[in-house]
Amino acid sequence: MPALAARWSPRSAPPTVSRVIRTTPFHERLKALDSQGLYTHWQGRLSALRYSPAPKHEYFAVRSSVGVFDTSPLSKYRIEGPDAERFLAGVLVRDIRACPPGRGQYTLWCDDRGFVMEDGVVLRHSPTEFVLTAARPNHGRLTDLAGRLRVRVEDVSDASGMLAVQGPRSRTVLAGLAPEVAALPVFAHTPTSVAGVPVTVSRTGYTGDLGYEVTVPADGALDVLDAVLEAGRDHGLRPFGEEALMVLRIEAGLPLLDVEWTNSRLAFTDEQRVTPSELGMGWMLRGVEDPTRPFVGRDAIRHELATGGPRWATVGLVVDPANWERLHREAGLLPPVHEHPLPYESLLYDAPTRDHQVGYVTSLVYSPVLQRHVGLARVRPELASPGTRLQLEVAVHHGTTTVRACTATLPLFDPPRRTARHD
Amino acid sequence: MTERDGAEHPADLVTAYDAIVVGGGHNGLVNAAYLAKAGLRTLVLEQRDLVGGAAVTEQPVPGFSFTTFSYALSLLRPEIVHELDLVRHGFLPLMMPSSFHPTGDGGYLLLGDDHDQNVQEIRRHCPHDADAYDRYHHDLDRVVQAVQPLFDNPPPDVFGTDPDDQADVAWLLKHLGGVDRSVMHDVVRLLTGSAADWLEDYFRHEAVKGFHASSSIIGSKVGPMSPGSGLVLLFHKMGQHDGHLGSWAFHKGGNGGFTQVLARAATAFGAEIRLGARVASVLTREDRAVGVALEDGAELHAPVVVSALDPRRTFLDLVDPRRLPSELVDSVERMRFRGVSAKVNFALDGLPVFPALPPRPDGGGVDHYGGFLNIGPTIEYVEHAFDAAKYGWYSERPFIDAAIQSVVDPDMAPPGKHVMSCFVQYAPYELRGSDWEAERDRFGDTAQAVLESHFPGFGDLVLHRQVVTPVDIERVTGLTEGNIFAGELLAPQMYFFRPAPGWSRYRTPIAGYYQCGSGTHPGGCVIGSPGRLAGQRVLRDLAAAR
Ligand SMILES: Cc1cc2nc3c(=O)[nH]c(=O)nc-3n(C[C@H](O)[C@H](O)[C@H](O)COP(=O)(O)OP(=O)(O)OC[C@H]3O[C@@H](n4cnc5c(N)ncnc54)[C@H](O)[C@@H]3O)c2cc1C
Repeated sequence: MPALAARWSPRSAPPTVSRVIRTTPFHERLKALDSQGLYTHWQGRLSALRYSPAPKHEYFAVRSSVGVFDTSPLSKYRIEGPDAERFLAGVLVRDIRACPPGRGQYTLWCDDRGFVMEDGVVLRHSPTEFVLTAARPNHGRLTDLAGRLRVRVEDVSDASGMLAVQGPRSRTVLAGLAPEVAALPVFAHTPTSVAGVPVTVSRTGYTGDLGYEVTVPADGALDVLDAVLEAGRDHGLRPFGEEALMVLRIEAGLPLLDVEWTNSRLAFTDEQRVTPSELGMGWMLRGVEDPTRPFVGRDAIRHELATGGPRWATVGLVVDPANWERLHREAGLLPPVHEHPLPYESLLYDAPTRDHQVGYVTSLVYSPVLQRHVGLARVRPELASPGTRLQLEVAVHHGTTTVRACTATLPLFDPPRRTARHD
Repeated sequence: MTERDGAEHPADLVTAYDAIVVGGGHNGLVNAAYLAKAGLRTLVLEQRDLVGGAAVTEQPVPGFSFTTFSYALSLLRPEIVHELDLVRHGFLPLMMPSSFHPTGDGGYLLLGDDHDQNVQEIRRHCPHDADAYDRYHHDLDRVVQAVQPLFDNPPPDVFGTDPDDQADVAWLLKHLGGVDRSVMHDVVRLLTGSAADWLEDYFRHEAVKGFHASSSIIGSKVGPMSPGSGLVLLFHKMGQHDGHLGSWAFHKGGNGGFTQVLARAATAFGAEIRLGARVASVLTREDRAVGVALEDGAELHAPVVVSALDPRRTFLDLVDPRRLPSELVDSVERMRFRGVSAKVNFALDGLPVFPALPPRPDGGGVDHYGGFLNIGPTIEYVEHAFDAAKYGWYSERPFIDAAIQSVVDPDMAPPGKHVMSCFVQYAPYELRGSDWEAERDRFGDTAQAVLESHFPGFGDLVLHRQVVTPVDIERVTGLTEGNIFAGELLAPQMYFFRPAPGWSRYRTPIAGYYQCGSGTHPGGCVIGSPGRLAGQRVLRDLAAAR
């Protein structure tokens, strides 16, 4: 792992667009490919909503060829020292001791009541060195928990850019630049170089497709991006923005902080909070009984599992397309197709009479690959088995009614190529 | 004779199949999938060595996937996708992000997914047309909404006397009675009038009208100024891939990729598909269908035979027309099939360049190639192109609906190379004083010259050119006179009258013999409804006989 510059150097300082909002290391080039100029602010950076008038084109690039997404605004923490493993084992929900150098994990961290704070990906670079990415700043929390352990937590967020290269052709494109990439299994990573710039390539992403993320020192970002664009040029590569990403990640069953749940530390009520099991991450709790691995929230989680279990189960939701059609046609409307996730929660009932609310939908969107509206939902655990028929409350003509829906396994879309080994 | 059901198969015929579908085009496959899904032992017989009919993807040059005939998807009914579980078998329509319309003077109209940007793009050419654009789409959408139920159900038998028929007629009248007056007027304007007249009522700019007129002549021996072109325009607006009416997609792997999905679905439901099996005739015994005879002499028996071919073949070739009511034979003889469409497909060494939209140095900036490239700048241009066809000749400056599918689906061509599908009109099936073998190359040159005039240097990019004439279409798929819809979309050949008065409900005068090709309601295009609705007919008849 090349040492990433931890301090500002004048050379790598990204240009500012306001006193606090800045641009990413890839911005200068991506901006030239962007006919829209539409941005959100993500962790103090401009993040493109889309690059062309057709976010669907960007979406299909990922599902059918290859797309690149600028994921630089993620917070990145370098965690290093003889006690780094012990430290992370005590902070993260998944057992980091099971993660050898060269591998990574998608993981969560909880508060002491066993409620989820945030999620992120940790890559292990050596027995004593890790890099953790998160959607929000976490430096304070991490250093507060370090105590007297021999570990250093460094915020290296600004030192590097991250480029997600996602889609069926991503391996071809990247392996052409760095042959080591070809053999990387899911959640493995490797140091390599692209265009003479030292980078880390990990087989990770937020699209549920075959894909990689390239971490690159900020001052080499444009060279790497240029090389990737050039390599992808004949493969239909296009940059994609947040609008396409939202559809991709819902299909992939990947939760989003502040949409699927609220950071427990910032929530007002337990209704806003979720446990790892309730978030659909019960699989991370393997070995939670192991006495050699106390982590923050463990006792509460054990207690939850021992006493009646989680309040909710996270499931996929599939809206019955015929019923959706009919409902709107009979009302004299063209059936709407929600290309953007609904900005509010929808409620789930066990019957059209709506006597018993049995769950809620956190994300709902039309999936082009599945040809129907799908969502991420939380239902009472006894209704979690795939295929359970439910009623989704929707508004038609200023009143509410319901449409048939049923639960489904997550991810909703899971092509074999996502995890397939290269042969 | 009246329509009859499919019961009473002679007991002495040993049958390995419950149903035989003749023709493995998309409608035959859809039909077979529904029959197999209902538990019938179903056999599809296809003359070629691949299924798909007019919807095939082939590689005449290694590495380049050509959609030999049909090339884009829109009208396919969504219920077929769901009922046949096509997503599981690989259904993947890649929505077109744009439509590109050169205006003939070096400029262009580029429309895409963003409504606001589309309105401004129209306004750039003509402020008057900017808000007309919204009204136009609103009115057209309402017409589609009114017509859709007719599209998705078999036409009622207005001539029938049984209570079922009368219930269907009552349903139709009730539906029409509920349609708003002004919408009904728009329906009639479209069904009887010309696209030019309809568009004049909204737009002023010649290129804006030209752009919207392009779908009014597809596959049809009409010009945009001919009455009847309104109907063709409306028909092409009936699709709704991603919920936007009239939107189009390229299926992954071309339209042949789509028919492969259908074949997988049909097989998964238990249907058997036999390739290289050309049917010579339908076997009958005592006025019932009992199976088919293959060209090689083999006989296969089943109590249900469904023809997925066009009406000429269904009624005049596969069975003995002398056994049919002469009124039906007359109607089928009279049916118009005048094919006027050809394809010129290219393998390209790179993307063409439109001078007003040069590519960026990084190769990007070519979003105008994501969907249809519409070469027919104005209504007059297209009408002039039509003139030749009236007198038995092909257009000297043809209308071209082009698509560079490899832009959205790079799997269609080797890296950096492209395939370009060009649907070219007008190319009448019968040429006066010559024939298509003699004219093939010159016709290809004519189309290529038009492309060269819009994309200078186009010729230098051409690695391979395939010219598909109307005669080729007929020879390969069996579509009479190369008519892409298996019978023109003319008012007297639609709805109650498709393919013939009294025979619009998928039965034939021969018990057990059914029809499900594009020559039946609602009509041509990759739409699947004929196959689906005919499947329902067969299954209902079998249930009634039980
Ligand atoms: C050049 C062209 C371009 C087009 N472009 C589009 C487009 O972009 N989008 C769109 O929606 N529609 C398009 N269409 C129309 C659309 O493709 C057709 O209407 C539709 O595919 C017809 O389907 P079908 O199943 O009814 O018949 P067909 O596809 O014609 O299938 C009939 C099948 O029967 C087989 N067959 C024939 N005779 C026999 C026999 N005796 N025994 C056994 N098998 C036999 C044939 O080989 C064929 O496979 C186009 C058509 C053409 C020709």
